[in-house]
Amino acid sequence: MFANFMINAWEAATIVAVVAGIVGFFTVLRGSAFAAHALPNGAFAGAAGASLIGVSALVGLGVFSLAGALTIAGLGRRARNDVATALTIVLMLGLGDLFLSRTTEYAPEIYSLLFGEVLGVSGNEIGPTVAIGAVCALAVFVLYRPLLLSSIAPEVAEARGIRARRMDLFFLLVIALTTTMAVPVVGALLIFSLLIGPPAAARAFTSKPLTAMALSVAIALITVWAAIAISFLSNLPVGFFVGTFGALDYVGGRGWTAWRQKRRSGTTEAPGATEARSAIAVG
Amino acid sequence: MTSITADLGPIIESGFFTSSPVHVGLIVGGIVAVVSAAVGTFTIIRGQSFAGHALSDIGTAGGSAALLAGVPTLYGFVAMNLAAAGTMELIGIRRPRGRDLATGIVLGASLGLAALFLYLDTTYSNTTGATVNVLFGSIFTISGSTVPVIAVLGVAALTAMVVLYRPLLLSSVSYELAAARGVPVRLVGIGYLAALAIAVSLSAVTIGAILSTALLIGPAATALRLTKRAGTAIAVAAIIGVVATWLGILLAYDTAAWSGQGQGWPVSFCIVAVVFAFYLAVSLSTRHRPSAITTPSAVIADMTH
Repeated sequence: MFANFMINAWEAATIVAVVAGIVGFFTVLRGSAFAAHALPNGAFAGAAGASLIGVSALVGLGVFSLAGALTIAGLGRRARNDVATALTIVLMLGLGDLFLSRTTEYAPEIYSLLFGEVLGVSGNEIGPTVAIGAVCALAVFVLYRPLLLSSIAPEVAEARGIRARRMDLFFLLVIALTTTMAVPVVGALLIFSLLIGPPAAARAFTSKPLTAMALSVAIALITVWAAIAISFLSNLPVGFFVGTFGALDYVGGRGWTAWRQKRRSGTTEAPGATEARSAIAVG
Repeated sequence: MTSITADLGPIIESGFFTSSPVHVGLIVGGIVAVVSAAVGTFTIIRGQSFAGHALSDIGTAGGSAALLAGVPTLYGFVAMNLAAAGTMELIGIRRPRGRDLATGIVLGASLGLAALFLYLDTTYSNTTGATVNVLFGSIFTISGSTVPVIAVLGVAALTAMVVLYRPLLLSSVSYELAAARGVPVRLVGIGYLAALAIAVSLSAVTIGAILSTALLIGPAATALRLTKRAGTAIAVAAIIGVVATWLGILLAYDTAAWSGQGQGWPVSFCIVAVVFAFYLAVSLSTRHRPSAITTPSAVIADMTH
């Protein structure tokens, strides 16, 4: 399991889980689950297009996921976010269909871009993954305070000059970068599951933002390590285990919340109340 | 007739009206566009675009399981989507953020199952094109014999929408008001999700997951920019959907004829492009932000007159 050819898989999955834990905290907090699905899923069109004109898949994924983020933000000026996101993913998938019709040798590639072939990660893919992942994490930490404030209390944020639209666009671009980093090595499904399952669970256990983020990284690591180990032992696809474990994370979080509410019935605060307070305090 | 066909020669390539795959495509595409318009208008009013799109992906788990078991993929899609819609409603959080998260969790778990089944499909039953077929589909590869099944399911979804129309509209605009007026809001919500599950399965299997979302969201979003009345919006969306589908099919057929060796643009891309063009044109020409169906009183006035 820890043989040479597996080292790359462990490294790539670990980097992806750390970044997903950090970015995912805000994905769940801002209710951006749809964008977190749409960008990784639609970006495969970029990889298909890249193979068509002979550039690296990473470039195609990057261009398409960033263009997708800009399209969602652009359409979102005139329509509700969920409608804008739906139209964007449809457009991206439609272009992917067009690109795929021009090549004949792409079917197995689609499977691996969508569901992940983490065991096939090669050594020279680790460098870009680390670099882009670091940019994502850095971006989140640099804009941590305004992002947190605008996620929890948009009105307060606006009053302090933090434009909600700008934060929306900024965060969409972060998701796009996360997509570019993760899809080539672990696939669209895996990054989507890691962006929502572990952070949703983490938020059930603590309402302090930084603690929740750290916990979210820890749960994401456990989820992806367990998935790879069991996938290796059972010879079944890793995407299946990540998808299942991501859902179990969420169920665990919901169960914990329900159990705690039962114990001290009635006196619980509205979810997010402490977050709001600490956000306003730090903001 | 011959002179008209001759005049349209440059626009409509010869053989378009006599090709059997085109006939089936036009009929099935028309049915799917109408059903999607009726269901999709409410998908937008209720802010459930994510669920509407997610179901087309979730169904692939059922479709790939059906391939494995050797039953028609449509049954797998319908069963999986009804189960998923039930789960989403069961988790049922009414705040939109929580609801999107619940949708995402169900989607993630289902895609995990799809990964497993597709892997088993390619390993044990040697259906190598499964991923592409289940995900993309093509309106030109539908066999004529499935048209009756498609029509029956389409009628079922439309009937559900007619029965649910009034309580659904009220509870979509104001949950509290509907509940106060004695509308069984939870039941109406479940009924709607079931109709959505059937409509999406139907379109995902026949025309592919991409087109399923395109026809569910695109025409309805366009229509709701033009009118505030739900009933009118459904009619407008149905017209836009059918026209876009037929134009897309024509475009795909023509590009194949023009290129000579049948290497045209894929039909799914053509229809998506037309749907998107419609939306952009209407969106850019109507300046105001969409207020759609805003106030409960407007809905009640609409219903009582």
